[in-house]
Amino acid sequence: MFINFFFDLKQANLPVSLKEYLMLMEAMDKRVIDSFNVNDFYYLSRSALVKDERHLDKFDRVFGHSFKGLESGEEGSVTEIPEEWLRLMGQKYLTDEEKKLIESLGGWDKLMETLKKRLEEQKERHQGGNKWIGTGGTSPFGAYGYNPEGIRIGQKESRNKKAVKVWDKREFSNLDGDVELGTRNIKIALRRLRRFAREGAETELDLDNTIKSTAHKGYIDVKMMPERKNKIKVLLFFDVGGSMDAHVKICEELFSAARTEFKHMEYFYFHNCLYDTVWKDNVRRYNEHIQTWDLLHTYPSDYKVIFVGDAEMSPYEITYPGGSVEYWNEESGETWLTRMLNIYENAIWLNPIPERYWDRITSASIIQQLFSDRMFPLTIEGIDQAMKELNK
Amino acid sequence: MKFEGTSTYIATEDLKVAVNASITLERPILVKGEPGTGKTMLAHEVAKSIGAEIITWHIKSTTKAQQGLYEYDAVTRLRDSQLGDEKVKDIKNYIRKGKLWNAFENDKRPVLLIDEIDKADIEFPNDLLLELDKMEFFVYETGETIKAKNRPIIIITSNNEKELPDAFLRRCFFHYIKFPEVETMEEIVNVHFPEIKQELIKEAFKIFYNIRDVPGIKKKPSTSELLDWLKLLMTDDIDAKVLREKDPKKLIPPLYGALLKNEQDVHLFERLAFISRRESENTE
Repeated sequence: MFINFFFDLKQANLPVSLKEYLMLMEAMDKRVIDSFNVNDFYYLSRSALVKDERHLDKFDRVFGHSFKGLESGEEGSVTEIPEEWLRLMGQKYLTDEEKKLIESLGGWDKLMETLKKRLEEQKERHQGGNKWIGTGGTSPFGAYGYNPEGIRIGQKESRNKKAVKVWDKREFSNLDGDVELGTRNIKIALRRLRRFAREGAETELDLDNTIKSTAHKGYIDVKMMPERKNKIKVLLFFDVGGSMDAHVKICEELFSAARTEFKHMEYFYFHNCLYDTVWKDNVRRYNEHIQTWDLLHTYPSDYKVIFVGDAEMSPYEITYPGGSVEYWNEESGETWLTRMLNIYENAIWLNPIPERYWDRITSASIIQQLFSDRMFPLTIEGIDQAMKELNK
Repeated sequence: MKFEGTSTYIATEDLKVAVNASITLERPILVKGEPGTGKTMLAHEVAKSIGAEIITWHIKSTTKAQQGLYEYDAVTRLRDSQLGDEKVKDIKNYIRKGKLWNAFENDKRPVLLIDEIDKADIEFPNDLLLELDKMEFFVYETGETIKAKNRPIIIITSNNEKELPDAFLRRCFFHYIKFPEVETMEEIVNVHFPEIKQELIKEAFKIFYNIRDVPGIKKKPSTSELLDWLKLLMTDDIDAKVLREKDPKKLIPPLYGALLKNEQDVHLFERLAFISRRESENTE
């Protein structure tokens, strides 16, 4: 029935499945909603087909597109107008002659009956014409009809003031996965890294399971479990200055979210590319340096490394010694990055510039290659992917 | 048997449609939303509204799917056998029924609330797939199959701390409780505090929504915190005039501890108050 809508959703990359579609059909079949109300159908289909708030905005857009032009159904919901009301209205507005004419049609009751029958027959909104209920026609029913026996239906507000459809309000646009980040969204993306898994060789005694198993079997049965690898350890490197000034806010948010999420986190700053020194305090940037070698020797290889930068610089700054714009570096940025990547297996680069521009920036492509394609955009989806990568 | 909201719980249109779909099709419904928006309350209200019993299962990080079905208490049995107790002969005496078992065995159709399912292990929802689908499970120790007499209405809440597996999501309906708009919020407040004065609501709402809009705030105050705050205001008899104080020295609203739960948020607020106080002093 709504097959096209279903395929539109699939094309927009929403994870809908056949099972959910059949669930929706079953719900329609069992008359969960009054099928003439588009809003209710919107709510029902949303409830059956969308299972994560990230996709709600996309769903709204596809729904609006697929069902464009559908009237909101609020106009002319005639069956809900009570008879009494119509009768009173009639007495107020109709002149004596008109009242006599009503009598000619058999009185109010006959009129209401005929109206009900016509509504059942009517399939869609109609303009002009003689028999169906619609606007501007001469049938006894409908608004703006010239027939003195006509009944005004549903035109309580002016014609131009249509209610805004619920899905066009786009209420969920800030929950979308592709949108810019706010601190809450970053936290949700970073939480992927939060898993405290027990992995590896089984070296610890598992007391609870030992007791259970002993009781179960009736003889001593010792159970071991692997050591709890907790406390994700992260090294964060931020590119500061120059072109990164435009991305300060987002880096701040990322930083504050990361600080609360990761138990062990160390952060350092660099400019454009990693060279032999980094610093921790931007105010004393030129006085207090930390040797990158010291870092490599201090932090063991199970640390996860995240670089945050726009990777926007002249390619010489990466590939040549002396390429740094601030001082003469003995070894090229590329050497340093490779050294780092050899020690820390789990490393990624987060780029605040949108992904579509990366292949136009040479330096970004170079860095992407160095990182074996582990460069991700600084969006929720991007951070999500990045965290998945770091978890490997 | 339709859910229309109750006198103590304001349900929006879309929530009603989702809950009714779940009741009619006898499938679970997953409810997500910001903390403090009434997810757990929803289950209680649905039970009240349709006159069913409610069974709650609060999930912890150590909860296993098996615990919802039943647990075989082997330790007690071992001890009893050493004491020579007659109960030992029948294993049925040591099967402790779980919440799902209770829900299935209920004579009338109950509401089963699985609260905060995302707290458990990532495999937890997957372990419950068959039970949620067919509403039956097999007891290995006694060899019997427990089938649901009446399919319970299952309401599952999640705080979004973990991703839920796809296979699990396929089998449920979904609803995201948005943070209520001003009109809905007014209705909620009126339902909880029928005697509250309208001016107090207006001033309190202004302050509340302003706090929510402050950029950089770590935890935005939610519906339940607003209600707590209003209750405190009313108990302390603070009226709208005090809230309307434009005096920058008193920029921090009274009893703000009910709204701002984070030290950093309080500091941020104090700093903003300090800044605006300085500004007003400079202009004087």
